[in-house]
Amino acid sequence: MANLAVHEEDVLIKEQGYDDHFHDHHHGDNYQSGFLMHYVFSMDHKIIARQFLITGMIWAIIGAAMSVVFRMQLGFPEESLTWIKPFLGKWIVVDPATGVGKLSPEFYYALVTMHGTILVFFVLTAGLSGTFSNLLIPLQIGARDMASPFLNMLSYWFFFLAGIVMFYSLFLSTGPFSGGWVAYPPLSALPQASSGSGAGMTLWLVSLTLFVVSVLLGGINYITTVLNLRTKGMSMWRLPLPIWAFFVTAILGLLSFPVLVSGFFMLICDRSLGTSFFLSDIFIAGQALDRVGGSPILYQHLFWFLGHPEVYIIILPAMGIVSEVMSVHARKPIFGYRAMVYSIMAIGFLSFIVWAHHMFMAGVNPFLSNFFVVFTLIIAVPSAVKVFNWITTLYGGNLRLNTPMLFAIGFVSLFISGGLTGIFLGNSAIDIQMHDTYFVVAHFHIVMGVAAFFGMFAGIYHWFPKMYGRFMNETLGKIHFWGTLIGAYAIFWPMHYLGMAGVPRRYYSFDTFDAFRHFTEMNKFITVFAIITFAVQLVFVINFFYSIWYGKKLKVKNPWGATTLEWTTGIEPIHGNWPGKLPVVHRWAYDYNKDEREFVPQHVPLKEGEIGDH
Amino acid sequence: MEAVQTYNRRNRINAQKFALWAAMASIMMMFGAFTSAYIVKQASGNWLEFSLPQAFYFSTGVILISSVLLHYSYVSFKSGMERRYRQFLVMSFVAGVLFLILQYLGWTDLFDRGVDMKGNVSGSFLYLITGVHALHVIGGLAALTVAMIHAFALKFTVTQKRINRFELVLHYWHFVDVLWIYLFLFLMFKK
Ligand code: HEM
Ligand SMILES: [Cu+2]
Repeated sequence: MANLAVHEEDVLIKEQGYDDHFHDHHHGDNYQSGFLMHYVFSMDHKIIARQFLITGMIWAIIGAAMSVVFRMQLGFPEESLTWIKPFLGKWIVVDPATGVGKLSPEFYYALVTMHGTILVFFVLTAGLSGTFSNLLIPLQIGARDMASPFLNMLSYWFFFLAGIVMFYSLFLSTGPFSGGWVAYPPLSALPQASSGSGAGMTLWLVSLTLFVVSVLLGGINYITTVLNLRTKGMSMWRLPLPIWAFFVTAILGLLSFPVLVSGFFMLICDRSLGTSFFLSDIFIAGQALDRVGGSPILYQHLFWFLGHPEVYIIILPAMGIVSEVMSVHARKPIFGYRAMVYSIMAIGFLSFIVWAHHMFMAGVNPFLSNFFVVFTLIIAVPSAVKVFNWITTLYGGNLRLNTPMLFAIGFVSLFISGGLTGIFLGNSAIDIQMHDTYFVVAHFHIVMGVAAFFGMFAGIYHWFPKMYGRFMNETLGKIHFWGTLIGAYAIFWPMHYLGMAGVPRRYYSFDTFDAFRHFTEMNKFITVFAIITFAVQLVFVINFFYSIWYGKKLKVKNPWGATTLEWTTGIEPIHGNWPGKLPVVHRWAYDYNKDEREFVPQHVPLKEGEIGDH
Repeated sequence: MEAVQTYNRRNRINAQKFALWAAMASIMMMFGAFTSAYIVKQASGNWLEFSLPQAFYFSTGVILISSVLLHYSYVSFKSGMERRYRQFLVMSFVAGVLFLILQYLGWTDLFDRGVDMKGNVSGSFLYLITGVHALHVIGGLAALTVAMIHAFALKFTVTQKRINRFELVLHYWHFVDVLWIYLFLFLMFKK
C-alpha cells in the first residue's frame, strides 16, 4: 500500500548518502512486533520519547490538580471543600458543627511539596529533556538510534519506578513528605518532625534517588550520542540549537545531580544512623535533642549546588526548542547562531557558581554573598544575548503565527518578565525583603515553570506530526495558547505585589496577620485564574489525544519546510530512522530564504561558492 | 527487546569507555561534594581531631599493589601469556578483598578509640566517606569477578572486544584506587 511511498528513500540520500550497511543487519518488519516489546519495553528512541512525554503529561495533570486544590483553600478559606472529600478522605477536615470542610494544614503542606517536586523533577526535567532529547538527538544528528538503546530504556524505567514510589507515598496514612520541594533539614532529617517527615520522606528519598539514576543513564547516553554518532558532515558547528541545548543540559545533570546524592546520603545517615550532619540545637516540645554539631546550612549548599543548575537543566532544552521553532516559522535563519551556542555554554558554566543566591538570608557570610551577587547578575548577560537574538530573529521575518510559533514567542515574553525579577532577587540587599515571599514564587513560576512549559508546548505542537504522523488541531491550539498566556500572567503578576508587601510563601492561612488581610480579594482573583488555566490545559490534553487518532493526516515529509534532518525521514517512523543510507550534511541548520530559495535542507550539497558554516 | 545497530565505521569514541569516564566524573563530583562539605563543616568549629587508624596506611599500600597487579594481568593478557594473566587477575582480586578487610579493621580500631558514627561530625564524615568509597570498591570487585569468570570459563583468545572489556574493568579499578589515595591524603592532612 501507501507504505511503499512513505518509506521511499530521499533521492539525495540515496545518491549521496553515507552507507553504513544498515540493511546488512536490518530486522525487517517483524522487529519488536509484539505489543509488549513494541510499546512497553521498547529500545527505540522514538517510542521512549513518547513514553517520557505521556508519563510527564500524567504527572503534570496530577501536579497541577494539586495546585488547584491548595489554591482553593488559600483563595476561598471560608468555602466548604467537603465535595472533594471522596478523593482526599481524611485530609478534608469537616467541622461537625457547621459542616464546612477544610483542607488539613498538614496536607496543604504536603500538596505544596509534592506539586514542586513533581513539576520540577518529573515534568520539567524528565518530561521535557527526556522527551525531546530522545526524539530529536538521533533524528537531528542523523543517527539510527542512541549510543546505547538499552541504557536508554533503563533510563525510562528508572524514571517510571521513581514515579511509582512517589505516587505510592501519596497514599500513606501519614501523608507524603511536606517540608517543601527543597527538603531542608530538620524537617527532612528528623522522622518525628512532622507527619510527612517519616515514611513520606523516606519514600521521597528513594524516589528521587531512582530519579537521579534515570537522569544519569539518560545523560551519559545523550552526551555519547552527540559526540559520537553524528552523521558525515555534521560538525558540532552545524548542529541544530536544540541539540546543543540538550548536550549542555546533559553535562550539567551529570555534574550536579551526584552532589545532590551526596546530600541525600548524609540525610539518610541523619535519619537512620543517628549522625548529626545537618542537626544541631534542636528542641522538640521543650526537650533538647542530643543531636549536636551539625549544620542545616550545609544541606542547603549541597542542595542548591544541584538546585541552581537544575533550573537551567529545565530551561536550556526549552530555549533550544524555541530557537528552532522560531527560526522555522519565521522563515529566517536564527540570528547569531554562534552567540546562541556560546551563551548556552556560558549559562551552563555560570550556573555552577551562583547557588548561594538562594541562601542570602540563610546566614551565609555577607562578604561571600557579594561574589554570588556578581556572578548571579552576570548570568543576565548571556540570557540577554539570547533574548536579543530571538527578537532579532523575529524582526522582519515572514512570520507564520501558528500554535508552535505563538508558544515560542510567548516563551520569550515570559522569559523576559521572569528574568527581570531575577535581577531584583539577585541583589542580596533587596533579597532581605523578598526572600521567601510570593515575589520569589512569581519569579520562578514565570521564568521557569510557565516558560519551560511554553517551550515544551512549542515543541509538542511543532514535532507532533513527526511523532504521530498527524497534526494537532490549530483552533484548539490557539485557545490553549491565549488561555495559558493570559491565565499565567493573571496568576503570577499579582503575586509580585503580594511579595513586595512581604506576604510569605508556604503559609496555610493569613487570617491572623493584620498586614496581609487586605489581600483576600487578590488571592481570590489568583485562585479563579488558576482554575481557569487548569481547565485550559485540559483543552490541550483533549487535543493531544484526539489528534493522535483523528488529527489531520500528514501528507508530506516536511510540512513546515524545515531544514533539519528529522524531516528527511519517512512519514511513518521506522526502526533505524532512514531506510537505506544515512543523510550526509553539507551546511548548517538555518538556511532559510537564501539566494532566492525558501529553505535549503542540511543534506543539500553546496553550490559553487556557497558557504556551509556560519 | 532487540536494539538497532547504531554504530558504524566512522565512530571514533568507544561508547562504553566514554560512558565509564562520564560515570567516573559523576562519582568524583559526589566525593568532591563530601570533601567540600567536610571542609565547610570543619571551618565552623566543634570538630574532634583524631589520627587515622594504622590499618588505613596498610590498606593504601594494598590497593596500590592490587592496581599494579591488575595492570600486569592486563599486559600479560595482551601479550598472550595465559597463565600469568589469570594468576595476576586472581591476585589483584584477593588484594581488593584484603583492602576491604583492612578498612573494616580500621573502622573497628577507631570505634574502640571512641570515634563512632553518632559522635562528633568529624567521625561521622570519616565513616561516611570511607564507607561510600568501600561500596565503590565492592562494585569493582563485582566487575573483577566477571573478569575472572571470563578468564577461566572462556577460551583464551586475545580479541579487540575482550581487550576493550578488560580495559573497562582496569580503568575503573585504577579509578577507585586513585580515589582512595585522594581521600586518604585528604583525611590525613585535613583532620
Ligand atoms: C537573570 C537571571 C536570574 C537571576 C538573576 C535569578 C535570581 C534568583 C534569586 C536570587 C533567587 C532566590 C530568591 C530567594 O529565594 O530569595 C531565585 C530563585 C529562583 N529562581 Fe531565579 N534567577 C534568574 C533566572 C532564573 C531562571 C532562568 C530560572 C529557571 C529556569 C530560575 C529559577 C528559580 C527558582 C526555581 C527559584 C526559587 C527556588 C525556591 O526557592 O523554591 N531563575 N532566582
Ligand atoms: Cu538559582
